[in-house]
Amino acid sequence: MGSRSIPSWAFLLALMTIACLAALPFALENYAIRLATMMLMYGVLAWGWNIIGGYCGYPSFGTAAFFGLGAYTGAILLSQKLIPFWLSPVLGALACMLLAIIIGLPILRLRGHYFAVASLGIGEVLRHVATSWTDLTRGGMGINLPPMLGSLAGEARLFYYAMLILAVASFGATVLVARSRLGVGLRCIRQNEQAANMIGIDATRAKVTAFALSATMPGAAGAIYASWIGYIDPSDVFDILIAIKAPIMVLLGGASTILGPLLGAVAYLVFEELVWSNLLQFHNAMLGIIVVVLVLFMPNGAIDLLRRRARMEAAR
Amino acid sequence: MLSLILQNLVNGLLLGGLYVCIAIGFSLVWGVLSIINMMHGSMIVLGSYLAYYAFVFLGLSPFVAPLFVMPLMFALGYGLQSGILNRVVGKPILMTLTLTFGLDLILNNLMLAGFTADFRQVVFKSPFDALEIFQLIIPQERLYATILALLLTFLFYLLLNKSRIGRAIVAVRSDRDSAVLMGINVAKIYAITFGVGAAFAGAAGALMSVILPISPVESASYLGKAFVICVLGGLGNFIGVVFGGFALGLIESLGVMVTGPEHSVLIGFVVLMAVLAIKPTGIAGKRGFE
Repeated sequence: MGSRSIPSWAFLLALMTIACLAALPFALENYAIRLATMMLMYGVLAWGWNIIGGYCGYPSFGTAAFFGLGAYTGAILLSQKLIPFWLSPVLGALACMLLAIIIGLPILRLRGHYFAVASLGIGEVLRHVATSWTDLTRGGMGINLPPMLGSLAGEARLFYYAMLILAVASFGATVLVARSRLGVGLRCIRQNEQAANMIGIDATRAKVTAFALSATMPGAAGAIYASWIGYIDPSDVFDILIAIKAPIMVLLGGASTILGPLLGAVAYLVFEELVWSNLLQFHNAMLGIIVVVLVLFMPNGAIDLLRRRARMEAAR
Repeated sequence: MLSLILQNLVNGLLLGGLYVCIAIGFSLVWGVLSIINMMHGSMIVLGSYLAYYAFVFLGLSPFVAPLFVMPLMFALGYGLQSGILNRVVGKPILMTLTLTFGLDLILNNLMLAGFTADFRQVVFKSPFDALEIFQLIIPQERLYATILALLLTFLFYLLLNKSRIGRAIVAVRSDRDSAVLMGINVAKIYAITFGVGAAFAGAAGALMSVILPISPVESASYLGKAFVICVLGGLGNFIGVVFGGFALGLIESLGVMVTGPEHSVLIGFVVLMAVLAIKPTGIAGKRGFE
């Protein structure tokens, strides 16, 4: 896996895409920049989930827990003016990594449903803690973060670039994981954990590493989100829907692939924007319908569909 | 002080009886189909609404509501399983969980659009007094609801153990492939199982319409409680759910003496995490029913 070097056209394509994305804010107006920032954030969440849920095969519903933890870490430290803005995603990611390691060790021993429920529970517990610990988090009143720059356009660009940097980092991390021994180990664990143990893969270490890595991305994204939106409260950043959206986006695009999460995130955002602006009262139901259709008819995601089409064409 | 503890103990037992009824359908579906039914909370709320509207428009007492709520919910569950869920039985957990979550989003949104989020409650024209026994206050509606809930639970037990359908369900749970060899139509049994789960969820909701406020936003908390009860008591058997239900009821009622009522849900989840970390199969569960 790692010995096959990345073809130069792929490298060039990636660089060109990043360059285009970097130039984007100068061509778009503020709302479009905002949408693009959201798309990048969804990509980060999806890439994060892909590591533990896609490559490793452990269905984690902890994305919301880490997103919220990152958001609150960033918001609390920034509102007390203890750190500069650029440090907040770093610390958010760090806090999530620590939590993931501490909680991961006991719950990664669980399989299947129990792991899913436990990961869901982390978010719920954190949400209640955030609501109750009013001295630290201001509870249900939420935390307000004032804008840092003067202009709307400047703010929009700042957060766009912040999210872009995070997205590129997540993409890079995914490439590294996919092509490394860790990636091979995770894929083995997904297929058959006992067999993986038998051939010498330290499953616990691989799983905890994957879980910790997958926690850093929503953590950093949450911290940026807090400054970007300017206001967070527990039911907003620990919303269980965040934990559901991440796997859905990855499933849409194709789990255990490098570009699948991004594809899924883009597709999901397009759906969301179409539905939100047109069917406000039923947006949850529409999301539900998308999920049902996805699981019933496209369980392996878009990339798999494309690959199969390509194979069928080639076989003719 | 002692009387406070006793009062909370009684409250916990009354609550526990209801909780058993909440979780029994959920545990059945999880144990037999290996599907975590994320719609369970919304089904409970739907049952509450059916009972509420029957009371408001037809004057039917919520205590008899389970009689018509259960068949309706059974039909809904049966339809959902045969139509949609039977396609994903046996698929990875992620599929089934997100699928039922998606269905729950649809159901919840429809209820929200149809009934609005306003909290409703069944209010009798001549409200029941509370009984007072040995200085313990026992509200009558709660007592009757709990007794009916326990009766329904007993009915469930009879269904599962004494009827042919019940034996078939247990057979499918024990060994699906052998059940097929025995001539059991597994797809139909799955549909019946899910229908039964939905029916008991609706019944629990109908009984709770007298006690707790009804609104679609409450569905998540019922689902959460069902989770905790099943994990606490252990999947795969009936005693586990009974134990889990009463345990949660007592933990919540006694726990809030220490922490205050606003933390009752948090206590439940902390207990859940603790049980998952220490003994995931629960108090009475058997291994291998994951």
